[in-house]
Amino acid sequence: MQEKLDKVLEYAKEQLEKAATIADTEEVRIKVMGKKGQLTQILRGMGSLSPEEKKEMGMAANKAKAKFEAMLKEKAAIVKEEAKKAKFKAETIDVTEPGIVPKIGVKHPITQVINEIVGIFRSMGYAVYESPEVDTVFNTFDGLNSPEFHPARDITDTFYIDDDIVLRPHTSSGEVRAEKDLQVPYKVIMPGRCFRCDTPDATHSPTFHQVEMMVVGENITMADLKGSLDHMAKKLFGPETKTKFRPHHFPFTEPSAEMDVSCFKCGGKGCNVCKGSGWIEILGCGMTHPHVHKAGGIDTEKYTGFAVGMGVERIAMLKYEIDDIRLLYENDMRFIDQFK
Amino acid sequence: MIVSLNWLKDYVDIDASVEEFCDKMIMTGSNLETCRRIGEGIENVKIGRIDKIDKHPDADRLKICMVNLGSCESTQIVTGAENIFQGAYVPVAIHKSKIPGPLHGQPKTSDGVEITRGKLRGVESNGMLCATTELGFDEKVSPMFSKDGIWILPGNWDDSLGKDIVKALELRDYAIDFEITPNRPDCLSMLGMAREAAATFGKKMRYPDTSLNTSDEKSQDYISVEIKSELCPRYTARVIKDVKIGQSPWWIQRRLLAAGMRPINNIVDITNFVMLEYGQPLHAFDITKLEGSRIVVEEAETGERFTTLDGTERELDETMLMIKDGKKSVAVAGVMGGLNSEVTEDTSTVVLESANFTSNSVRMTSKKLGLRTEASGRYEKGIDPNLCEIAADRVCKLVEILECGTVLKGSVDVYPHKIEAPTVCARVSRINKVLGTDISREEMVKYFESLEMKVSGEGDDMFVTPPTVRMDLLEEVDYVEEVARMYGYNNLPATLPGCTSRAVFPKEWDMRELVRDTLCAMGANEIQTYSFSNDKILDKIGIDEDSWERNFVRMINPMGEETSALRTILTPGMLETLSRNFSRKIESVRAFEIGNTFMKNLIDSHGLPDEAYNISIGCYGEGESFYTLKGMVEALLDKLGICNIRFIAEHEYGVYHPGRCARIVSRDARGDELELGIMGEIHPDTADNFNLDTRVYCAELFLDLLFEIADREIQFEHLPKYPSTGRDMALIVEDDLEVGKIEEAVRELEANILEDIRLFDVYRGSQVGDGKKSVAFSLKYRAKDKTLTDEEADKAHNEVVEMLKNRFGAVLRD
Repeated sequence: MQEKLDKVLEYAKEQLEKAATIADTEEVRIKVMGKKGQLTQILRGMGSLSPEEKKEMGMAANKAKAKFEAMLKEKAAIVKEEAKKAKFKAETIDVTEPGIVPKIGVKHPITQVINEIVGIFRSMGYAVYESPEVDTVFNTFDGLNSPEFHPARDITDTFYIDDDIVLRPHTSSGEVRAEKDLQVPYKVIMPGRCFRCDTPDATHSPTFHQVEMMVVGENITMADLKGSLDHMAKKLFGPETKTKFRPHHFPFTEPSAEMDVSCFKCGGKGCNVCKGSGWIEILGCGMTHPHVHKAGGIDTEKYTGFAVGMGVERIAMLKYEIDDIRLLYENDMRFIDQFK
Repeated sequence: MIVSLNWLKDYVDIDASVEEFCDKMIMTGSNLETCRRIGEGIENVKIGRIDKIDKHPDADRLKICMVNLGSCESTQIVTGAENIFQGAYVPVAIHKSKIPGPLHGQPKTSDGVEITRGKLRGVESNGMLCATTELGFDEKVSPMFSKDGIWILPGNWDDSLGKDIVKALELRDYAIDFEITPNRPDCLSMLGMAREAAATFGKKMRYPDTSLNTSDEKSQDYISVEIKSELCPRYTARVIKDVKIGQSPWWIQRRLLAAGMRPINNIVDITNFVMLEYGQPLHAFDITKLEGSRIVVEEAETGERFTTLDGTERELDETMLMIKDGKKSVAVAGVMGGLNSEVTEDTSTVVLESANFTSNSVRMTSKKLGLRTEASGRYEKGIDPNLCEIAADRVCKLVEILECGTVLKGSVDVYPHKIEAPTVCARVSRINKVLGTDISREEMVKYFESLEMKVSGEGDDMFVTPPTVRMDLLEEVDYVEEVARMYGYNNLPATLPGCTSRAVFPKEWDMRELVRDTLCAMGANEIQTYSFSNDKILDKIGIDEDSWERNFVRMINPMGEETSALRTILTPGMLETLSRNFSRKIESVRAFEIGNTFMKNLIDSHGLPDEAYNISIGCYGEGESFYTLKGMVEALLDKLGICNIRFIAEHEYGVYHPGRCARIVSRDARGDELELGIMGEIHPDTADNFNLDTRVYCAELFLDLLFEIADREIQFEHLPKYPSTGRDMALIVEDDLEVGKIEEAVRELEANILEDIRLFDVYRGSQVGDGKKSVAFSLKYRAKDKTLTDEEADKAHNEVVEMLKNRFGAVLRD
């Protein structure tokens, strides 16, 4: 009996050694342990044995069975591992081949600059205030204290729909609207599209964008104007940025100023971006002229405020060193794709 | 305003370097345009006197000059110039000298020209006689006397023969060009700039000498003045006899050259000099050409013809102010004199006009005549009428100094309403409140006084009276600015506003950004196109002539026909963009634009146009189809929380392929149908018009409308507890039956446990027969409260199939 068992195990060992696949090992299992398997048959033949022999032989048979199962398991693991290895080998790919890149769209650089500015001021508690792109002469000029014969009113400068309606040449047209619409105190930023009679060339475009900023409240000072814009400049052009305020003149503000920022390209040493001066003019601003507040029905004794206007294209062109404004309106995908 | 630094120093002491001078002037409000060095690049050029001129033996055009350079013997120089004469003082570039150039008739070089000894047609020449342009002056300012020839120096230079010309003529200077803002026309003068400099650097002003030693004869015996128009607030006339026209001395010419003005003759140079000095334009008439010895200031006759000094005959109208004598017009007031009263070399007695004309009058006249002059430019910006008399006196003083005429006593001065400077109360507290400062009254008064203002009052109130030239100072706020700039913007503190804002951030702003984010995520680039449109481009994209898209807002002064109206839709701009990219061989494009559109106000023809935001989406290239674009539109609407969308086939809209176009509709809160936009494949004719030799897909939606119905409220729904059961079906239906109709009918089945229906295949061909198609759907059934048995699922599914059989004659395919 023991001999038979040893023989079966011997046979199983031989067969398992030959097995190359999981299917082969399964075949061996059937040959040994299946319904007609060699071991199964030995076990069946035990019926004629005495109880003592049965006990002895039962133990031997179980041992043999356990041994076989261990052998089988071991072999199966090896075969499986090899099969996996073979599969991996077959499935190995060239990881240096290019990926299949999903296209992610890009926002227009003008939008990006506007969003950046809006974001800076939004975090300082400013709201966006939007007004029409076509507005009245009153909101555009008269209400902004613009002299009757100001050159900007000329039909060679501003587009007219009729004597009283223009395509706004600046976002400042929203100021009087804001004054009438909003409740003091307020801090608003007014981004938008503007129009001027400029034939397109490298630096001019009949369509362009501005961001206006307007604060009205009690105790709003020119120092607040300086601080707010200095903060914006540092956020927009980097924490090292310095600002310089120079006196200037605009009809809608007094005192008025132009703000220069230290050149973000060279840091102020002088380069081609700042034309050697170390400074770049970025915007015009000032304390809102009392006449402008009066036009919107604001108590000029109680309230003061400031206003700022900046050109989006100019900032975009400086920031990204774009040398021709027309590129912004050509919408060549190779251009837009650069701003991702 | 070009300021010669040396000239400025006649009126105020400036010790600062030119850099410091410019920086400080910028910070007090005179913005710098350019700062240019004058008299640079000239080495070894001497002053010489031509003692003898001989003809060149071999060249008719050349002359051999013996030039006296002082102590050493004469040197021989050959020249081709024609304006030289014996005794002329000239600049001599000797052997191994350097001049900025360019040489006569040659292009400009950046590093100048070296002059060496040489032979001209066999005759030795030890250098070169120079023209003004060869010494770096602009041709426009070359003195009339030396124009197109060698520079003949004015006056006697015997003491300087052989001396360096830069030193002898004091050529070295700075021409500083300041940007003068429109509120400060007083700064368009040397004295105005000197006042600014004096205040900036805390120095005293030195005003020019205007004291006269007149003859006993009186101006008023020679001329009378009558003002018949309100457009002339003041007219001052003086008479100068025994005028001797000639070159003005170098000290006058030097100033004019630095200021960018051409020296012409002494009388013209003096009037220009005083105009630059005071900012007051002046004009001289030959008195013998004034009939009746009268000056009358009144408007022109309509249709009157008049020839100005430049020889052009011009037609006038009744709004134009003229200077007339008893009988005829002699000058266009404030713009240009007439040829008929011009001062010539034979003139012996002149009437000097120092007058004030209103800025609007001069502006309109100058504009109508298309004639802008130095004088009109100044009048347009506004001039203090109080300057007339002193400027006239200054001219007379210079005539006396130059000894080129006899000044008669007194002036004829008509000045009906004397202009006084308004006294304004400026409060110390208010100024500090606006600036955020704590500047003392004493400090403020100091600033005002440095600007020649008078201050009275006490405590908080400062009653300030400016000099009359400061016509910009009318209200308290104007003095806030004066204090701010004198205190220095750079000295103001930097703080942040203390107030919180009551303005609310608009939802639309964030919604537009959400739309951008969504479309970018779907691979579309954002574009920005011009807001202009016109009829032609609507023709080009195939819009009907009576379409609403032609309710244009039109400009009365467009730049051209192409940009004569404002866009009513964005699709044309999208097509232009796609076309441009296609022509540049960009293989595929997905793009979108969010932009304002404009519609004529049909309710109020004088009202503002209606503005609304639209969004356009466009694409072409491999893989793009009607359905990819439709998918983008659906995803976008889904993102905005807009459901109940239907796409209705549209066959008539000319922009699109008649078989591949859909109107996109939804329902509003009341259940009314709302058109959200349109989409489709661009009509091949339209594509052709844009040179798009490919299939192009576009959509345009009314963005503001989308935002109105957008519902971005999110409400959590429990995940299903029980599994769903799927069933597929393939139906043979009529080919023109829309899949949308089938889906809609299935969804409308009430009391059915259908959860979802999805099309997965459409087949047309021999197996289903002509005029038919097979549509295959995958359906999903689910009950909320239990797991469906096969029987239950079959029952629901059969209900669907039965309904489709009955309704559309659909046949279940095996």
